[in-house]
Amino acid sequence: MSTVTLTIDGREITVPAGTTLLHAAREIGVEVPHYCYHPALSAPAQCRLCLVDVEGAPKPMPSCVTQAQDGQVVRTDEGQAREMRKGVLEFYLVNHPLDCPICDQSGECKLQDYVHSEGRAHGRGVEPKRVFGRDDFGGDVLFYGDRCVMCTRCVRFMEEVAQDPVLTVVERGDRAVIDTFFEQGLEDSPYSGNIVDICPVGALVSKDFLHKARAWDLGHTSSVCPNCSQGCNMDIHTRDNVVHRLKPRENPEVNGHWMCDYGRGRYEWMNRGDRLEAPFARNGDGWAAPGWNGALGALRERLRACRGPVRAVASAGASNEDLGALRELVELLGGGDIVYRSARAPDEIPLPGLPVLARRRDLAPNTEGAELLGIRRVGDDDATGGLEAVASATGTVVVLGDELADQAEDFGGQAELYVYLGAHPAPAARNAHFVLPVTTFAEQEGTFTNTQSRVQRFEPALRTAGEARPAWRVLASLAAALTGETAPENAAAAFARLAGRVAEYEGLDYDRIGALGAPAGRRAAAAGDR
Amino acid sequence: MAYPYVHEREVRVISRNFGDPAARTLEGYRARGGYRGLARALEIGPAGVIDEVKASGLRGRGGAGFPTGLKWSFMPKAAVKPHYLLCNADESEPGTFKDRELIRWDPHQLIEGCLIAAYAMGSRHAYIYLRGEFFEASQVLARAVEEAYAEGCAGEDILGSGAHIDVTVHVGAGAYICGEETGLMNSLEGRRGEPRVKPPFPAAVGVYSMPTTINNVETLAAVPHIVEHGGEWYRRWGTDKSPGTKLFCVSGHVEKPGNYELPLGFPMMDLIEDVCGGMAGGRALKSVIPGGSSVPLMDAEDCRECTLCYEGVEAAGSMLGCASVIVMDDRTDIVREVRRMVQFYAHESCGQCTPCREGTAWMTQVLRRIEAGGGTEADLDTLLDMSAQMTGTTICVLSDSAAAPVVSSIEKFRDEYLALIHGGARAEVA
Repeated sequence: MSTVTLTIDGREITVPAGTTLLHAAREIGVEVPHYCYHPALSAPAQCRLCLVDVEGAPKPMPSCVTQAQDGQVVRTDEGQAREMRKGVLEFYLVNHPLDCPICDQSGECKLQDYVHSEGRAHGRGVEPKRVFGRDDFGGDVLFYGDRCVMCTRCVRFMEEVAQDPVLTVVERGDRAVIDTFFEQGLEDSPYSGNIVDICPVGALVSKDFLHKARAWDLGHTSSVCPNCSQGCNMDIHTRDNVVHRLKPRENPEVNGHWMCDYGRGRYEWMNRGDRLEAPFARNGDGWAAPGWNGALGALRERLRACRGPVRAVASAGASNEDLGALRELVELLGGGDIVYRSARAPDEIPLPGLPVLARRRDLAPNTEGAELLGIRRVGDDDATGGLEAVASATGTVVVLGDELADQAEDFGGQAELYVYLGAHPAPAARNAHFVLPVTTFAEQEGTFTNTQSRVQRFEPALRTAGEARPAWRVLASLAAALTGETAPENAAAAFARLAGRVAEYEGLDYDRIGALGAPAGRRAAAAGDR
Repeated sequence: MAYPYVHEREVRVISRNFGDPAARTLEGYRARGGYRGLARALEIGPAGVIDEVKASGLRGRGGAGFPTGLKWSFMPKAAVKPHYLLCNADESEPGTFKDRELIRWDPHQLIEGCLIAAYAMGSRHAYIYLRGEFFEASQVLARAVEEAYAEGCAGEDILGSGAHIDVTVHVGAGAYICGEETGLMNSLEGRRGEPRVKPPFPAAVGVYSMPTTINNVETLAAVPHIVEHGGEWYRRWGTDKSPGTKLFCVSGHVEKPGNYELPLGFPMMDLIEDVCGGMAGGRALKSVIPGGSSVPLMDAEDCRECTLCYEGVEAAGSMLGCASVIVMDDRTDIVREVRRMVQFYAHESCGQCTPCREGTAWMTQVLRRIEAGGGTEADLDTLLDMSAQMTGTTICVLSDSAAAPVVSSIEKFRDEYLALIHGGARAEVA
């Protein structure tokens, strides 16, 4: 590839030919302010904020579309362009309502940031401001016209990425405003939540998040969306141990900059208050709460007496580490069948502008991980049925995560030993001998393997409820007791054990998986355990 | 002929048929020498045409004054992609009314010019983008195009030469910004009339993403004459840097406002005092806007020695633009006049670029406040700051145009602003 060498703010830098000045400046750590430019959209160069001085050019140049040339001398930090940017920022504020105290974007607003870093200390506008008011765009999107900087990212997202051009600019001049076509809004547009993310200011805000939290109070935790097998990379935003919103995290291999509204909107369950908070052991007709030591001690004794085969039901929402530990324990107990059930939507919901991304039919985040462990899918597309053999089993039954809401009251009633590991009180606990509280994916570290066989890590975003523990820790400690080995101490070690057992994970570890995931090896074509 | 006003010092080349309704028909146009230029073009071939136009020194009459022959030579030679010729007939600059007259009196002259230009650039399709408000002109032009097709002057096998050039008249919907060449292209494609970022330039990526050349009506109207008589012939008039004749649209406080075709380099005071019959009512001259509302104001002193050619007006501190001469007498309220112009730009800004969208509207507000007696001297500094921030910072030059009269009026007529600011008597309103 040919390169060009230029000087930006006195520093020489070599970049591939065709690199824009905006990107070249980033290479030396300089962020030129910009609104209309977004890496996943066309560049109309209309916000006029990314102007830089190029020696020899008669006018300041928009750095988002101006390509670096050999020998170019560029200044972003002083001179005419810097003055121009200051002027542009003043223009932005002429009609801006400055309602930061009640604006959800405050704290993560590019208008705030840029004006603080480059704008005038005091505005000179004394004229009455233009008023557009608020408009419901449909879906989860609320539009505050007065805050809009007219960057048209939202219009271009709908046109170029969603390819559902339902937004436009109406009118012109200072009356120009973003609008929907007539009464048709964003209701039927399954990716429209992304326009809230790419809006650089508080013009497009989420109804769901409206006035819920200040941006600076939110903690951000790197995670993976658990709402389908695509595994969009995301951040979980929390405050005071409550999830407030999910935001896509850029990963070009999986979801680009985006995530779907289906996934984005399904987080409330992570905040459920009705949790299993302590281990329980059946005590005649009632329950005892012997604490972890008591419960695990008693269970260990029962397991030593256990002779397989075991029948186990897992959830494809459990992490690879959880499922791997379950697989290991089942094998120690003499082997047996592990099945899972998962919901499947009638259709995929593709994003036309990014072919790799779709809301998959498969609505569980880790079916691929389950399959790689030889865990078999049973039941129908509503995640019901398929458990006849388990329901009436007489040996050892282990249920991990599946609440069994569809099953008859006597499920597991004939089992010699029935263990339920779950996060919430559930019908599955009805006939169990041991009910062990486990953490949700949002409370633990782990990995999911998505539909592309990509292994992706998630971090704990919430504190655990009560005494709940990650399922892998519970299961691995039981296994360790049976073998006398040492149980893995953390999720990374749990994954390392898994990588030793599953050929497709060979060579992978938490470091290699990193923040953006890593592809697993291809599943062997002859995998007989599927 | 008594087309509103004519004057003996005029050189009527492209305006020769003004006021002569018989010239509107193809028959009448032919009887007056029409379509001879096209015939000669077909003889000398595309390269020959471009050579003649280059030799003539014809400069774009839409305002920028770019050499036409040079512009045509930017079109790719290999016809790998379709080429387009666009005729910019979206005449909307305040003070300008020449293209409308060229179309309504002499539609075939424009069609002939389009055909020659399209032929020279290997374009098989010419679009004439007509301002939406030009109702009569659109009817006259549409009729003429039909006639040209019927008589074999347009369409397939033009004048038996085998050349195929279609001509389409497209009527805009009434937006000043659609007269900006790339805004026009967007509008023609059915998009919002918003100027495009350049590069790429139209000669590489124009309408429908194809190589495109866009010329003003008056430019194309001159082409048949240049091709018929040769480039050297056209240089008989005008100056070395501004050859040929030009229509001057004179409006405002003169006795005989109107369109006058004069050789470039004509003295401005002769235009006002002689050709236009002097200032209306014999009043004193205060200011002239020589090239449409987008150019800086001149005061009476600037006008005294000014000659009307590209370099002459520039030397006097303004620009020839499209030669729309707005003459203002001593009763004119300059602040009101400037506010009126800026208000026009605020209304017509497409709203894409921030400095223009916000700046034009804010300027209007500040000027209104000054007019109403609520201004301060600091406002003048703010206006000048705004003007600087609106000049050279946007995709097109609309915001530069709005800033030009503000800057020049504060420079030359600061006392009028100060009079309003300090509560002095407002200038008597014309």
